[in-house]
Amino acid sequence: MNLRTIGAVLALSALLAPAHAQTEIQWWHSMTGANNTGVNELAARFNASQKEYKIVPVFKGSYPESMTAAIAAFRAGSPPHILQVFEVGTATMMAAKGAIVPVAKVMADAKEPFDPKAYLPTVTGYYSDSKGNLLSYPFNSSTVVFYVNKDAFKKAGLDPEKAPKTWKEFVAAAEKLKAAGQQCVYTTGWPAWMHIENFSAWHNVPIGTKQNGMGGFDTEFRVNSPLHVRHVAMLGDMAKGGLFTYSGRRNEAEARFASGECAMLTSSTGAQGTIGRTAKFAWSVNFIPYHDDVKGAPQNSVIGGASLWVMAKKPAADYRGVAKFFSFLSQPDIQMYWHTSTGYVPITLAAYEMTKKSGFYDKNPGHELAVKQLTNKAPTDNSRGLRFGNYVQGREVIEEEMEAVFSGKKDAKSAMNDAVRRGNDILRKFEAANK
Amino acid sequence: MEKRVVFRSAWLPYALVAPQIAITIVFFFWPAVQAGWYSFQLQDAFGERTQFVGLANFAALFSDANYLYSFKVTAVFSLLVAGSGIAISLVLAAMADRVVRGALAYRTLLIWPYAVASAVAGVLWAFLFAPSVGIVTFALRSIGIPWDWVLQGDQAMLLVVIAAAWKQISYNFLFFLAGLQSVPRSLIEAAAIDGAGPGRRFWTIVFPLLSPTAFFLLVVNIVYAFFDTFGVIDATTQGGPAGATQILVYKVYYDGVKAADLGGSSAQSVILMAIVIALTVVQFRYIERRVQY
Repeated sequence: MNLRTIGAVLALSALLAPAHAQTEIQWWHSMTGANNTGVNELAARFNASQKEYKIVPVFKGSYPESMTAAIAAFRAGSPPHILQVFEVGTATMMAAKGAIVPVAKVMADAKEPFDPKAYLPTVTGYYSDSKGNLLSYPFNSSTVVFYVNKDAFKKAGLDPEKAPKTWKEFVAAAEKLKAAGQQCVYTTGWPAWMHIENFSAWHNVPIGTKQNGMGGFDTEFRVNSPLHVRHVAMLGDMAKGGLFTYSGRRNEAEARFASGECAMLTSSTGAQGTIGRTAKFAWSVNFIPYHDDVKGAPQNSVIGGASLWVMAKKPAADYRGVAKFFSFLSQPDIQMYWHTSTGYVPITLAAYEMTKKSGFYDKNPGHELAVKQLTNKAPTDNSRGLRFGNYVQGREVIEEEMEAVFSGKKDAKSAMNDAVRRGNDILRKFEAANK
Repeated sequence: MEKRVVFRSAWLPYALVAPQIAITIVFFFWPAVQAGWYSFQLQDAFGERTQFVGLANFAALFSDANYLYSFKVTAVFSLLVAGSGIAISLVLAAMADRVVRGALAYRTLLIWPYAVASAVAGVLWAFLFAPSVGIVTFALRSIGIPWDWVLQGDQAMLLVVIAAAWKQISYNFLFFLAGLQSVPRSLIEAAAIDGAGPGRRFWTIVFPLLSPTAFFLLVVNIVYAFFDTFGVIDATTQGGPAGATQILVYKVYYDGVKAADLGGSSAQSVILMAIVIALTVVQFRYIERRVQY
């Protein structure tokens, strides 16, 4: 290549380069597999839609890992613009007033139109402060649903089209399944999320005082109520009787259902993709069971998943790009893309309607069921969500105590009392650290 | 004639050890001092507000029954890992030492597991013993043993001990084999001529001569069980079920890294540091005296 061609190439590339450098917006997330593809697609679509900003999605490991990385980055003075934080980290983020910028403020400062009423109340309620200001952007929200292996039901002489609605029916069905030779009758993913958090919301009983911690850090756990004890004791009895097989604290249970080993499963709506790919039997997605003697049940379930937090300490001009990106994410067609390709629920009512009209739910009833369960009734103080300081540890404590019941080491009452006592210690420490 | 090499320069010896000292300070002393400093503080996750709380972090730990339980778990775990690791590798080394043909192949194979990262070792064993799909689980169930370490604490402990000890056996094996090979043949032959059987020869001649090696391995294995087994636990039980495999170092990691509780985590690592120092001192002062070099 001679000098002249090099010169020509240089001149050409100078012409092609944009006149203004784009502002890069760093987005740290924890999405893997199909969800990761979705994240990259969202960023690509946003970047193609305008020239000023460029969203750069960076996978930073699991939820706790990316949160730890962001904390370290913040301490070092270079946090990302946007950080995806799982729901149990909400209180920690919220308490870090100097480290985050509330989404409501980001939108208002950038003069981006933003109407909180356009969103599903169960979703926004979880991430808003007591005055209703949205603190973080609800990105990927799921909830827990009840999966049934229809073939196993048929084999046990049960009606495969009628999944148990109440826990009474559930236990009766479980006994029949066991009698029919089912090795593992029922298992659950995310035990505390299902059997404490969603269980409480579904029965409209508090998990803790102060509206489940939404009203302030001086909250206390209430998971040793007679109803909670009764429910955990029931699970303990089922475990002893071979009706309930414990699989672990995360989503290990999902694979055991998908393989046909277990006939019933309660786990995240996000499991539908995996089950759909691997299950070699007919299955259905249903509302989680309830105790029919509890007044007002079923109420509505609560969400899990993660939200996007905007970090402080970035150049003021960058926040306009963040606001624009959030507006982009709220568009119904974008929401619909995310909802249908991942199994997370749509966060705006418009996106829900749009998906409904598209006929997607006729083929994938499970996706709609989650929305229906979340919006079953208008959320109460007990079912809006929860916000407990350092709930990463708190949930772990509850799960440890539940494991003690399932393995027969403790009775339900003393285990739940211990969970409350130990959980409250964590809450007090968090309160002291965030005065 | 003076045989020792003496540095005539006043600064050269210091300059030569300086890199080592610098590394020790940066990577050992500085973090240790920091941990000590943080252990007296209460801080929010992002480090925006820091309060000096004196011994409150320690007081909270020692009033927590679960933390005290974690001591018991750590003691049981370390003894099992160090004990079984040393005993099995001694047997293997004694066997390998007697092999004449293909000795190199045996030794190489026995050393291999040491090259496996502890997290990988954990995952391997977790797969073999997985409650629903594991081969070992299947075999155990078919002979009527209900295997479910996800819920049964004792089985979970057994699993992490096996995974942790398995990895360490290769390391121990290497040292024992070297020790065995340095035992003078003439001593053993003399004993054999005097009529001592293989067992007697081992316990009265070989084992005492191996005692420095065994002592060294005891120290190393205890420290290994205390600190390095973190990967095995994280990849398999993550401290569960119900805290049955939550050893001290795993709790330090969990509270500090995952739960962002720096003060509590630092207090725990200070305690852990004290324990290991105490253990090492005890080992050197009392056990080493019985060792024959």
